[in-house]
Amino acid sequence: MDKDLILLGHGSGGRLSHQLLEELIIPTLSGIPVAGQNDAAVLVHDGRRLAFTTDSYVVDPIFFPGGNIGDLAINGTVNDLAMVGAVPLAVSVGLILEEGFSRAELAEILRSMREAADRAGVAIAAGDTKVVPRGKADRIFINTSGIGVFRHGLEIGGSNARVGDKILINGSIGDHGIAVMAKREGLELETDIRSDSAPLNGLVEELLVAGEALHVLRDPTRGGVATTLKEIALQSDVTITLDEAALPLKGAVRGVCAVLGLDPLYVANEGKLLAVVAPEEAEQTLARMRLHPLGRDAAVIGEVTAAGGGRVRMETLVGGMRAVEMLAGEQLPRIC
Amino acid sequence: MKAGVLDEFRSRELVKGLAAEIARLTADRPVPMTFMEVCGTHTMSIYQYGIRSLLPSRVRLISGPGCPVCVTPVGYVDKAVAYSRLPDVIITTFGDMVRVPGSSSSLVQERARGADVRVVYSPLDALSLAERNPGKRVIFLGVGFETTTPTIAGTILTAADRGIANFFVLANHKTIPIPMQVLSADPELGIDGYICPAHVSAIIGADAYRFLAEDHGVPCVVTGFEPADILHGVSMLVRQIVEGRSAVEIQYSRFVTSEGNRKARGMVERVFTPCDAVWRGVGVIPGSGLEISGEFACFNVEKALPVEVEESREPEGCQCGEVLKGKIAPTECPLFGTACTPEDPVGACMVSSEGSCAAAYKYGQ
Repeated sequence: MDKDLILLGHGSGGRLSHQLLEELIIPTLSGIPVAGQNDAAVLVHDGRRLAFTTDSYVVDPIFFPGGNIGDLAINGTVNDLAMVGAVPLAVSVGLILEEGFSRAELAEILRSMREAADRAGVAIAAGDTKVVPRGKADRIFINTSGIGVFRHGLEIGGSNARVGDKILINGSIGDHGIAVMAKREGLELETDIRSDSAPLNGLVEELLVAGEALHVLRDPTRGGVATTLKEIALQSDVTITLDEAALPLKGAVRGVCAVLGLDPLYVANEGKLLAVVAPEEAEQTLARMRLHPLGRDAAVIGEVTAAGGGRVRMETLVGGMRAVEMLAGEQLPRIC
Repeated sequence: MKAGVLDEFRSRELVKGLAAEIARLTADRPVPMTFMEVCGTHTMSIYQYGIRSLLPSRVRLISGPGCPVCVTPVGYVDKAVAYSRLPDVIITTFGDMVRVPGSSSSLVQERARGADVRVVYSPLDALSLAERNPGKRVIFLGVGFETTTPTIAGTILTAADRGIANFFVLANHKTIPIPMQVLSADPELGIDGYICPAHVSAIIGADAYRFLAEDHGVPCVVTGFEPADILHGVSMLVRQIVEGRSAVEIQYSRFVTSEGNRKARGMVERVFTPCDAVWRGVGVIPGSGLEISGEFACFNVEKALPVEVEESREPEGCQCGEVLKGKIAPTECPLFGTACTPEDPVGACMVSSEGSCAAAYKYGQ
């Protein structure tokens, strides 16, 4: 087998993506250790902390139920900043357009970006536009970068999970990935599955009330809840046990997953966060989540059950026990 | 999908009760019982719900050659790779096939090099792709058991009806009952009964296993995919053994009958004829495959568009064959989890979402 080729699976957000990052990209560019790898970097300058992140969007199709590539690009970067506990300040927008792309569609995407930025309370402060010949890109690709500031001294990161902590999620899993997939494959669905794309910084503000008890925040995008929890288990060197019966999952999403042979635990979300919270604050944090419009279906889905191991297990619906691993290969390419 | 109906078969209480019954029935049995499942969806369900952790140690479940992608020989992948390199060819396939390693390449690698390889959810999607692209030759990789064969037969009949000349099938269809007999005759395996496939049986009917139960004394229970189905099926097998009988019973009576789906079988019989087939790891099993019959030879890509294929070789050290025969558990293969992982697979059983190595890796033991 030819090891030189970059495969679609290298962009899945799962294990292949991690391999490419750990073997090539991070050692060449920065050398940041695994424990320090979070959704956004936290930079310290003159004693003040600043959050910084970037993300590129290549979703296909560019319009899907519940959103389009534009609001996705704003929400995604806002959420990455929010996941380290920062208040998002400003984002930049880089557009790569394919020759022949529609001006009307571009206008609609830009409007959605503007509305998403207003909703999140973030400024679009810088930008760049390139056009490439037909066939050299697929209609439109967007890169957004963002900076955020801190209004507290809390250190929130993937390496802070501790034994006894509860795992919370703010709602149902897999909605975004299945909405995009269903649109792309032209599935005729009786039920309307919509992307959950949304800015989570407002919800995070509410969660920060928990203070020191809030240990980890992470948005389970590509690779889904399974991959994200496995990352946290590895970064914190703990064992996480999930309760399958507690996972919020819409019936329609479960149905499509069953038909397509997908596991919702690995399907992307764009408006969900996982919060790892000390047990004494878990119930109150859950209650605060449920009061927020983006957390009405929040649930406690598991807990950190042991030190060491770097693994995730799940008690199944019927009481059996099994391991949960990272996404291998490509479950759904070009989902965000 | 009506979630409520499925919930019943995922009830913790029901499952617990069935597990307790199996434990009670086997409590004073001197030797363990070994049951084989020969359907990839069963394999997945057993791992996904942690079914083994609910069974007493006296009941052993082993996985057989139930994953269609896994039993497909390396030579077939090499053929598909060779076709993907031809000009103006679009390869269409169900998803898992693209990552199966051939002798020196795979379809996912050929795609990265520029080949047009597309994942479809139905052979009819491949047919409409052919209609939309008259200048291309669209080849569908026809891999699968009795459940997928009727839809491919139907697609070929539609193509013939509409006179579509640029649609082809690279056929590698297999049938399951004969290999079940071959495996149950292997004393090393010591199979005490079969968890017979659900969907396959809906097509071929439970009577297709009668020769196993009646002539070879192997208990057979056609079983559904939900956790309660599987435990119920196992309890029915245990009961047959305790009572000293061997019969074909249907646990999955919501979908399966004794005679199966005559219409679907009729389509298959029109388009395909039985042939000998190579099973990865097992070798040639006479009469266990289906090839496109002469009347429809123009859709058989091997006849219509012969291609030169590299000499095939099995990956070194790969124990897929032993895994597929149920002789070793996935974790007993020396390559498991080290040289062979889902993202960098050596053998097909680690690739397919229905493969027992992939299931063991993803869901643990």
